Amino acid sequence: MSPAHRSAPGPPSPVRRRRWLPAALLLLLATPVWASAGRQPHGHDHGNTPNVTDRTSGTSLSDTRIRWPGWRKVVDTLLMRQYNTRTVLLGTILLGIGAGTVGTFMLLRKRSLVGDVVSHASLPGIALAFLCVELAQPGKGRSLPTLLLGALLAGLTGVLCTIGIRRFSRIKEDTAMAIVLSVFFGIGIALFTVIQKLPTGQVAGLQQFIYGQTASMTSADVRLIGMVSILVIAVSCALFKEFGLLCFDEEFARSHGWPTVWLDLVLMALVVCIAITGLQSVGLLLVVAMLIIPPAAARFWTERLGTMTVIAAVLGGLSAWLGGIVSSLFARFSAGAVIVLAGTLFFMVSLTLGTRRGLAPRLLRQWSNNRRIGRHDLLRTLYEMLESQLDTFPADSSVDPLCLTRLTSDEILSRRSWSRSRLAGLLNNAVGDGLLDASDGGWKMTATGAEEARLVARNHRLWETYLILHADIAPNHVDRDADLIEHVLEPDLISQLLEAVSERYPQMEMPPSPHPLEPGT
Amino acid sequence: MTDAPTPGTPPANMPGTAPDDHAKHPISAPLAIHDMTVAYHRRPVLWDIDYDAPPGKLTAIVGPNGSGKTTLIKAAVDLVPRASGDVHFFGSPYNKVRHRVGYVPQRGSVDWDFPVNALDVVVMGLYKQIGWLRPVTRRYRDQAMHYLERVGMSEYAGRQISQLSGGQQQRVFLARALSQQADVYLMDEPFVGVDAATERAIVVILQELRAAGKTALVVHHDLQTVPEYFDHVLLLNMRMVATGPIADVFTPENLRATYGGKLALLDQVGHRMTLQQGRS
Repeated sequence: MSPAHRSAPGPPSPVRRRRWLPAALLLLLATPVWASAGRQPHGHDHGNTPNVTDRTSGTSLSDTRIRWPGWRKVVDTLLMRQYNTRTVLLGTILLGIGAGTVGTFMLLRKRSLVGDVVSHASLPGIALAFLCVELAQPGKGRSLPTLLLGALLAGLTGVLCTIGIRRFSRIKEDTAMAIVLSVFFGIGIALFTVIQKLPTGQVAGLQQFIYGQTASMTSADVRLIGMVSILVIAVSCALFKEFGLLCFDEEFARSHGWPTVWLDLVLMALVVCIAITGLQSVGLLLVVAMLIIPPAAARFWTERLGTMTVIAAVLGGLSAWLGGIVSSLFARFSAGAVIVLAGTLFFMVSLTLGTRRGLAPRLLRQWSNNRRIGRHDLLRTLYEMLESQLDTFPADSSVDPLCLTRLTSDEILSRRSWSRSRLAGLLNNAVGDGLLDASDGGWKMTATGAEEARLVARNHRLWETYLILHADIAPNHVDRDADLIEHVLEPDLISQLLEAVSERYPQMEMPPSPHPLEPGT
Repeated sequence: MTDAPTPGTPPANMPGTAPDDHAKHPISAPLAIHDMTVAYHRRPVLWDIDYDAPPGKLTAIVGPNGSGKTTLIKAAVDLVPRASGDVHFFGSPYNKVRHRVGYVPQRGSVDWDFPVNALDVVVMGLYKQIGWLRPVTRRYRDQAMHYLERVGMSEYAGRQISQLSGGQQQRVFLARALSQQADVYLMDEPFVGVDAATERAIVVILQELRAAGKTALVVHHDLQTVPEYFDHVLLLNMRMVATGPIADVFTPENLRATYGGKLALLDQVGHRMTLQQGRS
């Protein structure tokens, strides 16, 4: 970048508004024309311009090429060297953090869709605000504060309508929400058609609220977004304990005298603030994603509310940053869409890898559990096969008698209804775990294997005996029941079991099986 | 307050209500309910309840399903609006003496998947003490830990609540109520769906509360254990059927009046009661 550029934005000068950017959106909708607005000097480039030099080379709907930015631009964007990129990114990131924080509480309060109602319901507000100002002062309709005020009022009306419908009719909350958001959105679209017919109507400037257009933000807009986000984050932090209580146990909070209605209203107000300020950058269709996806992803990593909020805030900020960067490098991607896609990416990663509730750790646990159960079953079978021979060995033998006898697959298969391949798998695992040794066509237990086999058989019998003595289960049914539970017996439970069955087997090293051990059972 | 029987209350055989010594000091009564009627959608579920809880005693609230036991408790702590009548705790309305009243709701009224652990739940009982906007500090966590210990749950402090058994969950919520150090406890079915260890733990805690001079009103469904666990009983079936010490009130006639003869077990329990009374 030229030194001229670096010195240029000393005071926060408004980002130059580019007429062609909203128009670019229109292009996506209907008009296959590039409004070729006056080119700015390169140094004042906006951060969102793709590759200014080849813009004239015929861009149209049929042109699907993605223009790769030069490395210089990539570096500049990543380092946020440009003032404009920096402000826009900063605003979006703050918004992402705020949305993640408040979204956590909304998710836990099971009000995920309130943000959607607010944003959809805000559309007629935007249109009406535009119309009012436009009628009073033609040409001045597109002032952000007025539009956002309209959006705010309409969004609140939408939420109130939802509450009203739920309260005064028998319609359930989800239906009420669906009605309100579609009706308000419909009214908004209808008003947009009216605006389009006005002589001064610049509906293009309004359409950005539907799809979002980070690029059209001025630094004043960014400051507004930033301030609202910081306010929202600050209030969420201050009321963290109270919001947590409200979401977890409203009735308890009420009985303790916490003003739950007011807390609920404050929380709702925070959501409305985020949803409305998010309209401009993400668009009303996608703003709900910023509120919900980061907290939903965060839930997979933690079981604590505080951690979840922090993770959600970080993921929200990260997706906003990614969205901002990508959309400033590739002008064809709107920031809102990229933010949502980045959030979705984080969500997918969390869903699969999340340490607390992710799929992969759960599958891993299941797999290792199954493996352990298989190992136990095998060892117990082997023990039961060898048990009758134990007495024939001298007691003072230095070698564990269990380790002396070789067993073949066929012998083992005659005791259990395992398939040959299952047995091969179990034997393989056991050899790998150092419990068995392969010896000419058969298997022998190792010392560790013998020790574990004894333990497993003992637990099984203790549990069987307990069931027979204390749960009135018939001895010939007890084997299967014991099978289900013996693998999860923990040491403290086993000592309790020992105590419970001591009347039958006082201080016995290895209780006998309470039912006959027949081959093939 | 008037002791005259309200028109509409079931007739006669109310041995407990006649010699009401505490009724003469309604100001000091831990819980005093006067002429309370509660309705859901204009359909009354509780009629003309007139009740003073005996101080320093364990009282069981007993009645069939839909008899308004839960509603009685919820209406007392302002969670359900009252159609008429008023409720006083130690002579003051509930919202003036919240800190002296501990309410243990029925299990299952919260989202068990919520990201909190057992200790977090108990700390919630201290939130009022901590106050607005202040964060939860170490001191309060230690304090909460003490109450988890009292219900025998300290080793599960870090468990997410859905990973606790039903009984353990119940004990955590009991600890939350205890942490409040209230003077009167209202518990809604604390014994439902709990294991034997939890049942014993709750009974011990109830006895400790009584020993410390506190009052407890417990919604209870197991008629067999009523005489074993409680001193007083309040028999309820939309109206108050009878109230007083177990020995006077927990009689087959009163139970039949409460349950409308629907309970086969009733006569057995009544029989056992007579035997016990005969022995003592």
